[in-house]
Amino acid sequence: MTVLEVRALYKGFGGVQAVAGIDFDVAAGELLAMIGPNGAGKSTCFNILNGQLRPDGGSVRLAGREIAGLPPGHISRLGVGRTFQITATFGSMTVAENVQTALIAHHRDLAGLWRPAASLHRAAAMALLERVGMAAQADRACGVLAYGDLKRVELAVALANDPMLLLMDEPTAGMAPAERVELMALTAEITRERNIAVLFTEHDMDVVFGHADRIIVLNRGALIASGTPQEVRANRRVRELYLGESVEAER
Amino acid sequence: MTGQIVVQFLTGLAGAASLFLVAAGLSIIFGVTRIVNFAHGSLYMLGAYIAYSLTERLAVGTIYGFWVSVVLAALAVALIGAAIEIAILRRIYRAPELFQLLATFGVVLVVQDAALWIWGPVDLMGPRAPGLDSSVEIMGQRLPEYDLALIVISPLVLGLLWLLFYRTRWGILVRAATQDREMVGALGRNQAWLFTSVFFVGAFLAGLGGAIQLPKGGADLLIDLNIIAAAFVIVVVGGMGSITGAFLAAILIGELQAFAVLLLPESTLVIMFLAMAVVLVVRPWGLLGRPVAEHAAGRAAEPLLRPPGRTQRMIWGAVIACLLTLPLIAEDFTLTLSIEIMILALFAASLHFIMGPGGMVSFGHAAYFGLGAYGAALLATKLDTPMELALLAAPAIAGAGALVFGWFCVRLSGVYLAMLTLAFAQIAWSVVFQWYELTGGEDGLLGIRRTPWADSRIVFYYLVLAACGVAIYAMRRMIFAPFGYAVRAGRDSRLRAEAIGIDTRRFEWMAFLIAGAMAGIAGGLYVYSKGSVFPDEMSIPRSVDGLVMVLLGGVQTLSGPLFGAAGFTWLHDAISRLEYWRFILGGTIIGLVLAFPEGLGGIWRQLEDWVRRRRAVARQAKP
Amino acid sequence: MSARAMLEVTGLTAFYGWAQILFDLSLSVGRGEVAVLLGRNGAGKSTTLKSIVGLVRPAAGSVVFNDVEITGFPPHRIVRMGLGYVPEERRIFSDLTVAENLAVGQQRPRDDAPQWTVEKLFQLFPNLAEMQGRRAGQMSGGEQQMLTVARTLMGNPSLILLDEPSEGLAPVVVDQMAATIGALKSRGLSILLSEQNLRFAQMVSDRAYIIEKGRIRWQGRMADLARDDAAKQQYLVV
Repeated sequence: MTVLEVRALYKGFGGVQAVAGIDFDVAAGELLAMIGPNGAGKSTCFNILNGQLRPDGGSVRLAGREIAGLPPGHISRLGVGRTFQITATFGSMTVAENVQTALIAHHRDLAGLWRPAASLHRAAAMALLERVGMAAQADRACGVLAYGDLKRVELAVALANDPMLLLMDEPTAGMAPAERVELMALTAEITRERNIAVLFTEHDMDVVFGHADRIIVLNRGALIASGTPQEVRANRRVRELYLGESVEAER
Repeated sequence: MTGQIVVQFLTGLAGAASLFLVAAGLSIIFGVTRIVNFAHGSLYMLGAYIAYSLTERLAVGTIYGFWVSVVLAALAVALIGAAIEIAILRRIYRAPELFQLLATFGVVLVVQDAALWIWGPVDLMGPRAPGLDSSVEIMGQRLPEYDLALIVISPLVLGLLWLLFYRTRWGILVRAATQDREMVGALGRNQAWLFTSVFFVGAFLAGLGGAIQLPKGGADLLIDLNIIAAAFVIVVVGGMGSITGAFLAAILIGELQAFAVLLLPESTLVIMFLAMAVVLVVRPWGLLGRPVAEHAAGRAAEPLLRPPGRTQRMIWGAVIACLLTLPLIAEDFTLTLSIEIMILALFAASLHFIMGPGGMVSFGHAAYFGLGAYGAALLATKLDTPMELALLAAPAIAGAGALVFGWFCVRLSGVYLAMLTLAFAQIAWSVVFQWYELTGGEDGLLGIRRTPWADSRIVFYYLVLAACGVAIYAMRRMIFAPFGYAVRAGRDSRLRAEAIGIDTRRFEWMAFLIAGAMAGIAGGLYVYSKGSVFPDEMSIPRSVDGLVMVLLGGVQTLSGPLFGAAGFTWLHDAISRLEYWRFILGGTIIGLVLAFPEGLGGIWRQLEDWVRRRRAVARQAKP
Repeated sequence: MSARAMLEVTGLTAFYGWAQILFDLSLSVGRGEVAVLLGRNGAGKSTTLKSIVGLVRPAAGSVVFNDVEITGFPPHRIVRMGLGYVPEERRIFSDLTVAENLAVGQQRPRDDAPQWTVEKLFQLFPNLAEMQGRRAGQMSGGEQQMLTVARTLMGNPSLILLDEPSEGLAPVVVDQMAATIGALKSRGLSILLSEQNLRFAQMVSDRAYIIEKGRIRWQGRMADLARDDAAKQQYLVV
């Protein structure tokens, strides 16, 4: 089943075409990697899907429904989760409270002025933390967590709205190689058991070629290749513009 | 008619000159040092006073004498600015932004009393500029010659600044430092001197602005805060960091003021407000400003916010017990002071509500205190409303004001938001100050009496205790309720909050409304405790009092601001009968900031850090 | 030439507010040598480099550069002595043109270091020559990374600190960066870089330090690390 359908997406900034007519799909249960040099348009594309930017043209359909140009909050409630390149968590809250806040937002209970929030959705939050292996640290402050653990918390937060699409911006940036493998394996496991579609960007080619089901390659705002990891690795243009020869040499 | 329009247009351009100079200086200093220089208006005032003294001596009737005095005055102010930078600000660049702001406000107070001491309390009339002291006729209308000189000055300064920034090595460094000052240091440039020179240039512009308007407006002790509010408006309208934007905004505001005077003299401030509102709706970052990138990582490690534990609850129980029994033992004077402290504690707590959990710094929170106060006072004096009703109306009126002002404010963030709050507060103050028929202007509203049952000081004390206690408790509940989590989420990481479906702006707006209404309660109670109200209750110094209370108590704790309010109110009360009390207060603030750059609340942490470091180093020293 | 290493760091201890980041850390860089500080995010790599160049004030320890104790000096003094610093995440002045960015880094020539002019730099970074008048913010990530290196070279340093030069770059650009580091080394520059990317580190460096939780866990020649599977397994887990 196709969860995300992007067609003829355009976005320019002051004369520069950051995204110049991109088409792609992501299916449920699939991990799609988006790679390309810096400035290729990956972040712009992500920010459009997430609702932080309004595209100049084109369509973005989530399960058949047009979402291009909707505000981030709305898109989130329609079932899009997101993790950020630099971890974005709520530093003045505990790990559990971070997830609880996401759950409270998802259930639209935010306007409460009197009842303490600490007890709301606590069980559901703990279940999510259990799933990502962070239950033991539920009552610690997010500010003191190790980087790899923060990434797991982010994953739990992104899952709180029960998304059908998960957008992950460089999910393993700044992690040690072993942690990278663990996090991506966990992501793959969860997305398959919940049948979530995942779109992620990544600079680490080991992660990309090791975990993506399919890969799309962007350059200067345009899609220059797409296909299975084998196909993309074999693509001459991709090697020339992005991968270089060292990646190839190693295989 | 066309003649009148043309001349009025030229008057507007002339009026824009000093506005532009001040705003440009403020913008340049902020760009590089990230300090919102509250004292910039003081530098402007000093420019006017020093130019006055110099023209008295040098400019007896000669053209050169006058202009030499103007330039010398600007240079003198530039040196004063550089001295302030070296003596005070250089020591606190690593302190939190708000402490730097407090320090500059300390300078404002010190300069005010210094000017009072040197030049006296009487408003000084400026001299006429020799050679430009008559007027020219344009299409049948007369325009002062001096206005023509002012019209020439702004574009001239704009051009010179452009050359300075784009054609000199210094300019390249300043623009680089505006983006990343630490990196400029890490490339081998001495930051300290760069900052001092930037302060020199910024202060020069402020001094020049003050000096050139001397023949038109003279010098008095109120222009410092008036001009700083106008400068904030211009910087926000023009776009932070854009000198050309400041130029355009100054002309826009200058013209609007010139024509508003022509049409409806009382409307000038309202027009300024409307202009600012329209610009911000169309272009939230100002005419030529650019959006500020949101940091994905959010702000640097906020400490965990926990509900009060057992010990804390016991302490609070003891405090409340003391407050309940106080009337049994205290004399009238103590009771009166305690009433004031409780009211200001509520005011400080309401400011903390948006500053702490909300992460929105307000430089103009007194507006809502004042709206509540004037709302209650006007209902009582003009409509004979009973006290109970007036006290209930106070938060509604203040909340309505916060609803309107907040709608604009939450569209901005950080220091832009703060400047906007100050601009709104100054506009509210000016309306109260100028609308003599309704508010009594400077004379205030007097003779507001409490309902007979609350007439006794002791009964009123309990009423204030109950009202403030309930209000403060309600705010604490809200902070730990889902609403508080939503607001804090937006503060900690706006990106993440939006991504999980929180409409951060709406929650900020609601927090603004609640804080405004709470300040309104405090304002209403204040009126009935004093029996009168004056424009001072919504002035900039009152807003800054609130900031001082919150910051001294510690913005990261919930109870800190309450103790900050108690300490500050007590100190204020103790010194305010002295003639130069501003000097003492300003000096105290500067001294505290220099001694404890992390705030009084930070002392403990500083100490602990120090001990830990010593220990770690000692461990290492052992073989 | 001095018998001691060019850069000698001894017993470095640093805090970030509450938290101790560096624990009694010592390392050295010899003349003409490329040394690498390997470790994951948050291990203390950046803090080490920042402490050396004076951006972080160490609580204890000493930094000696060219036989001069520079601990506690402000950054600009350290840089003027010939110790260049290239930050992570590029930190170019995006509103300034390429030429202006280079002008900010310019310092007087020094006897003990290769001298750079704008022209010489453009030979090393031909891309930059074509865009002197362009605003740095409009360049691609790889070009920006080259500009940060070029900007620091304008100060004619004899030793440079490179903080994660390969982070976030396309594999093609990573290869270029490796070539650039090789070129700089061949001109006599000493280099200390921090990296997470072992593959990249192996391409460019002579010696390696592995840092974990603010402590040096392993040190030795790069060639030895390549053979030391236990060390790689324990600290880097490739």
